[in-house]
Amino acid sequence: MNKLPIPQQVISLAIVFIILIAIFIGARVLLIPESFGEYGHYRADAVDDNASRQINYAGYNACFECHDDIFEQKENSNHDKVSCEACHGPTAKHVDAPDEFTPTAPRGRGYCPLCHGYNPSRPTGFPQIVTTLHNPGKPCMTCHDPHNPLLPHKPEECSACHREISSEKRVSHHSTLTCERCHKVPDQHTVTPRFAYAEKPAKREFCGECHAKDVRAPKEIPRVDLETHGDRYLCWDCHYPHYPEAK
Amino acid sequence: MNKKVTTKTSRREFILSCSKALPLTGFFFFPLSPGKSLLALESGAYDPTKHNYAMGIDIHKCIGCGRCASACKQENEVPSEPHFFRTWVERYVIEPNGEALVDSPNGGIDGFPDLDNDVEILRSFFVPKLCNHCSNAPCVQVCPVGATFTSRDGVVLVDEEYCVGCRYCIQACPYGARYLHPEKKVADKCTFCYHRITKGLIPACVEVCPTQARVFGEVGLRSSPLRRFIRFNDIVVLKASLNTKPKVYYAGADGEVR
Repeated sequence: MNKLPIPQQVISLAIVFIILIAIFIGARVLLIPESFGEYGHYRADAVDDNASRQINYAGYNACFECHDDIFEQKENSNHDKVSCEACHGPTAKHVDAPDEFTPTAPRGRGYCPLCHGYNPSRPTGFPQIVTTLHNPGKPCMTCHDPHNPLLPHKPEECSACHREISSEKRVSHHSTLTCERCHKVPDQHTVTPRFAYAEKPAKREFCGECHAKDVRAPKEIPRVDLETHGDRYLCWDCHYPHYPEAK
Repeated sequence: MNKKVTTKTSRREFILSCSKALPLTGFFFFPLSPGKSLLALESGAYDPTKHNYAMGIDIHKCIGCGRCASACKQENEVPSEPHFFRTWVERYVIEPNGEALVDSPNGGIDGFPDLDNDVEILRSFFVPKLCNHCSNAPCVQVCPVGATFTSRDGVVLVDEEYCVGCRYCIQACPYGARYLHPEKKVADKCTFCYHRITKGLIPACVEVCPTQARVFGEVGLRSSPLRRFIRFNDIVVLKASLNTKPKVYYAGADGEVR
């Protein structure tokens, strides 16, 4: 007897196994998407699905092709880096069919304060107004052109833009000092603030003009010995000049 | 009585024949569907292997206008109700006792209400948040069906057709960047506007940001604006201790930001 006797039950078991394995292979082929596992444990076609979605925001350059006149206006203004679609909304449909779809243009008083309404969390120096006090009821566009938002007149006081600083300084020991005492403000700064910054003091000796031990100044001014006091630090590393008594 | 069961195969032979069958078993585990390169992107100009995207956010520049969150909703058809966001802006108010108040009413889209009068501000700032597109993403690890994955250009994407809506990924994300789409019933999240970046545009939130607080670019390319941003700023990533290796880089982030 060379042949191994295969019992009947083993043969029927084997048939069951073969059927099960066939079902397994069939299910695998049917259930696993064609592109699964091509680049990793995911469906490679899903990358295509994600990439083929519809674009709604056409992008900065698309507007330039027709509206170059407005770009020219905007180019040298404070809004030079504000994208068209930040105010006008998605314009891809308008680019495809300029006559059928017109992008929105916010003209009321509600939109501009989203950026320019006073909020203490905004970075200092960013132009902000208190909406309830600033020409109530007038739409912003009556005085300001959003494509070239120059001020209708030069601001008379620094506080018009630097509200937070001025309100702090007003209650501090430095309230009697004018801004110009420490900052050299070029004329152009009141027109195009970001193209001509105001100068700030650079040296410890500047504060020393009033606060050094041996200067001639009123007695009430606190004095320090510049030689020994906080040796290598600049004064404003520790003291906030707009509110020097702050804890 | 004591019949001995005799087999003709010795143990040695049995093991040897088993080892011969081994290659056969391998057949079952071999991927039965060797992929065809169907990707149109492959054939086109865009090569995903040559990119690795990331975003930089300058907190000092953010004015909290919420245009990014609004543009994101319009670009990606995110449901307009609050609580569904791919990106949103948080306001941090740190009180003198060190306590941090964080709020984000409707993601910042409608602006931020005035603070209560009794809130004293030590410092305050806005922090835009979005999916961090982690290099070691927990959401990808937990997905039971392989519906969320890191693409070859370093963007964490969701396969809408394959997602079963089990919400494991939403639980796993330490940044709360995912939500379950109420109509599609699948997980949804920021894709860095994958449909835009693969066509050479920038994400919608970066496009509309009026103060350039958001920077988008390549991690691997020295000339990219993002690399410049990383070089010139002190960079913080959120929850670095979790080892998720996020790819959204924050400049000017306070210790309270998480």
